[in-house]
Amino acid sequence: MKTLMGNAKNINLIIGLLILISFLLLMIVSFFYTPHDVTAMNVANKLKGPNSENWFGTDEFGRDIFSRIMKGTQTAFFVGTLTVTIGVVFGTLIGGIAGYVGGWIDEVFMRIMDALMAFPGIILALMLVAVFGSGIVNTSIALGLIAIPSIARIARSGFVQHKEYEYVLSAKLIGVKPFKIMFRHILPNVSSPLIVAASVSFGVAMLAEAALSYLGLGVKPPDPSWGRMLKDSQAFLKSAPWYTYAPGIAITFMVLGFYMLSNAIRDILDPRSN
Amino acid sequence: MSEREKILEIKHLKTYFPIKGTLFKGKAGLVKAVDDISFDVFKGETLGIVGESGSGKSTLGRTILRLTEPTDGEIIFEGNHLEHLGNRQLQKHRQHMQMVFQDPFASLNPRMRVGQLVGEPIAVQKILSKAERTRKIESLIEKVGLPKEALAKFPHEFSGGQRQRIGIARALSMNPKFIIADEPVSALDVSVQSQVLNLMLDLQEEFNLTYLFISHDLSVVKHISDRVGVMYLGRIVEIGPKHDIYNNPLHPYTQALLSAIPIVNFEKKREKIQLSGEPPSPSDPPTGCAFHTRCPKAFDRCKVERPELIHNESGQQVACHLYSQEDNKKILNAESKILQLTKQS
Repeated sequence: MKTLMGNAKNINLIIGLLILISFLLLMIVSFFYTPHDVTAMNVANKLKGPNSENWFGTDEFGRDIFSRIMKGTQTAFFVGTLTVTIGVVFGTLIGGIAGYVGGWIDEVFMRIMDALMAFPGIILALMLVAVFGSGIVNTSIALGLIAIPSIARIARSGFVQHKEYEYVLSAKLIGVKPFKIMFRHILPNVSSPLIVAASVSFGVAMLAEAALSYLGLGVKPPDPSWGRMLKDSQAFLKSAPWYTYAPGIAITFMVLGFYMLSNAIRDILDPRSN
Repeated sequence: MSEREKILEIKHLKTYFPIKGTLFKGKAGLVKAVDDISFDVFKGETLGIVGESGSGKSTLGRTILRLTEPTDGEIIFEGNHLEHLGNRQLQKHRQHMQMVFQDPFASLNPRMRVGQLVGEPIAVQKILSKAERTRKIESLIEKVGLPKEALAKFPHEFSGGQRQRIGIARALSMNPKFIIADEPVSALDVSVQSQVLNLMLDLQEEFNLTYLFISHDLSVVKHISDRVGVMYLGRIVEIGPKHDIYNNPLHPYTQALLSAIPIVNFEKKREKIQLSGEPPSPSDPPTGCAFHTRCPKAFDRCKVERPELIHNESGQQVACHLYSQEDNKKILNAESKILQLTKQS
């Protein structure tokens, strides 16, 4: 708490928290209340610009965009968080072990990561969803799997570099167990790029979810997802630009919020920055 | 030789690093960082190892602790062979051997507080209760001349010299008998160097420590060592009591090194031996004596045959063909006797 207060000047922290807390509140409210029914269609009211009744306008079926954005926060948080968690946990574990242990384990692990990377992410996710069934959980798992290789690579390079540092040699000499050296000594020192990579993959996850939803493999319609709203609005970019703006701005702010918060967390975790 | 108790024996130690080749050529070669080195370290003494960069002195230190795996040879610490031990067994013996590292900025984990850093070895050993541990950490940090308040701080809040003191406290908390100091003061200002060196000398007396002191700085080694070994290209070319090495260097390389120390004495002119050329690459060392390419006194035999270390009576050993023939050995002994006589008079 003291460090949090000490960083009160930190603009990243304030703005990041502000954005994410607003989204979080929006999500909580959306469980109980939205201004309009998110699935209620009203074709007579379609593609209306923002007005006092429909704050962000309506889509091609006359549904209220603001309500759908609200409801979409649930999907965004769920997919983003699960994807990033899977990607970071497994990516760090695989990359860390590969980098620290080295030798044939490194070779095997990283070649598997290369193989994963060789598939275009979306195709891999398509395959996984096709095998295990669509739905928000499977989509997130598939997207998390895609996020693993890049995070593993970043983790590996950090561990390879740091395992030769004298502080690691000194810990070895003292008799600290390898697992503890990896995750108590090295990990905190290589976490900065990982935190950044995590926040980037959060944004990527939301866009990938959009693509999957567009193909009918992500979130099942008519449940709203920002990504699919973005895709659906493409056709009306000229006639109803507000339709595109709403999910676009929502995604931008969400990713920005995560990015700023993760930057702030990175700075707070680093004792040298205080 | 001496009848003192040996704490560490090194026999024919070799550490080679393979150079990774290209796809079609599997192994491109070997870097012989430590190439057939043998010496003993006696209890309670300080053995200084000097050599220029790339001579393998740091690798030697790390190989003794098996932070780098030896290619061949024996490491015997207090009568136990260390070279083939598994991790758990190795750790049992290694807790009596610690290292003080060169770079006080890289050797302390920046994310850990000083108290954690100093206390970690004690925590790993799991022999003391929490209260005892705290007491020990506090006494250690005071022993190295830092206030108790330092324990709650992070390493970046300290200067280089203070950090090196923390590093020493960390090494001491294992209750070691033998400490390898790998250039412990070369990253420090000259004014701080002597403070740290004197601290090390005080601690040596208090805890009855044995040091292997690695440095490129001849005057630092002279200050702290009892005996000195000179390394060149992975080999020890000369080793012996400090006064003999500094007053009567036998190996041409040692002579050249010592002549390079600046002295503040304008009346006494000293002949400066200038070595030509760069030190050869350890991946492709010269045949015979590794030094023959730069040696002002080299002759034919030096190019063919590698000289072994030979003793003289005072315990000084040198690896040089100049002294290897029988009559030369006599000259060597006579020289050192004359030296001793002149010292006495």
